[in-house]
Amino acid sequence: MTQAAESVESMPTVRRRQPGRWVAAAVVCVLLAMLVNTFVTNERFQWDVVFDWFTSDRILAGLGRTIQLTVISMLIGIVLGLVLAVMRLSDNPLLSGVAWAYIWLFRGTPVFVQLLFWGFISALYPRLSLGVPFGPEFTSFSANELISPFVAAILGLGLNEAAYMAEIARAGILSVDRGQAEAAQALGMTRGLALRRIVLPQAMRVIVPPTGNQAIGMLKTTSLVAVLAYPELLYSAQLIYSANYQTIPLLITASLWYLLITSVLSVGQFFVERHFARGSVISAGATDRRGSLRRLAARLPGRRP
Amino acid sequence: MAQPMVKAVQVHKSFGRVKVLNGVDLEVAPREVLCIVGPSGSGKSTFLRCINHLEKIDAGQLFVDGELVGYARRGGKMHELGERAVAEQRKNIGMVFQRFNLFPHMTALENVMEAPVRVRGESRATAREHAVKLLDQVGLSARRDMYPAQLSGGQQQRVAIARALAMRPKLMLFDEPTSALDPELVGEVLDVMRSLAEDGMTMVVVTHEMGFAREVGDAVVFMDGGVVVESGHPRDVLVNPRHARTAAFLSKVL
Repeated sequence: MTQAAESVESMPTVRRRQPGRWVAAAVVCVLLAMLVNTFVTNERFQWDVVFDWFTSDRILAGLGRTIQLTVISMLIGIVLGLVLAVMRLSDNPLLSGVAWAYIWLFRGTPVFVQLLFWGFISALYPRLSLGVPFGPEFTSFSANELISPFVAAILGLGLNEAAYMAEIARAGILSVDRGQAEAAQALGMTRGLALRRIVLPQAMRVIVPPTGNQAIGMLKTTSLVAVLAYPELLYSAQLIYSANYQTIPLLITASLWYLLITSVLSVGQFFVERHFARGSVISAGATDRRGSLRRLAARLPGRRP
Repeated sequence: MAQPMVKAVQVHKSFGRVKVLNGVDLEVAPREVLCIVGPSGSGKSTFLRCINHLEKIDAGQLFVDGELVGYARRGGKMHELGERAVAEQRKNIGMVFQRFNLFPHMTALENVMEAPVRVRGESRATAREHAVKLLDQVGLSARRDMYPAQLSGGQQQRVAIARALAMRPKLMLFDEPTSALDPELVGEVLDVMRSLAEDGMTMVVVTHEMGFAREVGDAVVFMDGGVVVESGHPRDVLVNPRHARTAAFLSKVL
């Protein structure tokens, strides 16, 4: 009896062997080695050409235009999306109906087609004018001059993005408990103030992660703008390889830049998320700033938190 | 007699086809603590929410400090007030909710400061000074920089009381303030409410705490089926009820 009681405390535990894991790891290692091997030994990748062009002026100029398109389109998308989300949640059936129809239209047609429409807008409206609705006009412009490929790209991408952002923002607003708005109103806040100070900051926790997704999506979607002959990153690469026939290396150059910017955006998203996690249980215990890089590392794919 | 702080005249309210309030009449004098008791579904919480117009009433009239709530009488009709006018009226009416409804993205101190700064336009320094004093009053000066998620239910509710008091209201509404609390935390919230009553705050309290109603309440109203069944001094209503429905309810809860 006593012997058994003693050994219960000192008995070591033996971890279960998991041979399956070792086999899987070995298979993955072999596949990775094959992949690296082909990258290094297949000379048709022409890594020297890839890196020659990587920081060339034309590629960097294209990259700058891609970033500019992404930022402006996302800003339009976020601001207009928020307005549409508030409209959809309005008690006014006309406002919510209009917002619903906007989302239906812009989400229901390919963004590629929308870009083409904006590019060819002058075929539909040769002249655009400013004036009193159904009344006299003050001034008018040629649509061709006003809607440059850049403006067409911004309109196409931004207005399309707004439809998606509207649904993301609406989900965020709906995720905040009704009692929050009630408590704010009971304190004498108007609905606008309650939305701005109380509801939206909490909704941001739900809004930010999918918005990060959208921003990364937008970065890549800007490559469709090539159809408007606007030399963003991909079209710049295409222009170069159509002259020197180094198609694959230049596509890799562009892809590497997309990957790099996506990585930067992901890091940015982490910090925005942490900002809006204020007061949540997860952030409550770990408010020191030093731990943030470690937590970021823990969230990278392949690591367990 | 002085003008009542709250006066309800034949207040009616329906949610769709369900009649919740069927003509509620009552009065609360200044500095009085009125406890509303009754079975769930009796309309007591709905009535409380009508007092600061969180619910619109369908018929009848509700006055707070002599002022019609949520409506203006013009030409023999009741015109609903605009959002800003209602917000203006709510500044004077504090409310404490069953589920606290603290703002989770703000610390305790920021919760208390928010409305004075944003709604009354007080300077941050003034609001902060007042907020510190109020948190001290509810016994939470040590926790003013904590977020709601780091506080117990009882502490959260005390912050919520301080937050409502920060607007210097002339009337406080309590909607079952201890119903969401663990039993051992009920006392600390009731203590704060008791001292508030002693300081002369006019309070309307929807509650299931019969002990509190009997000790602190100046008057008790028993509601059932959307009407006031019985009202009077706590001793009379809670100890010697005149109506069978009151007696039946009390026999279940006491």
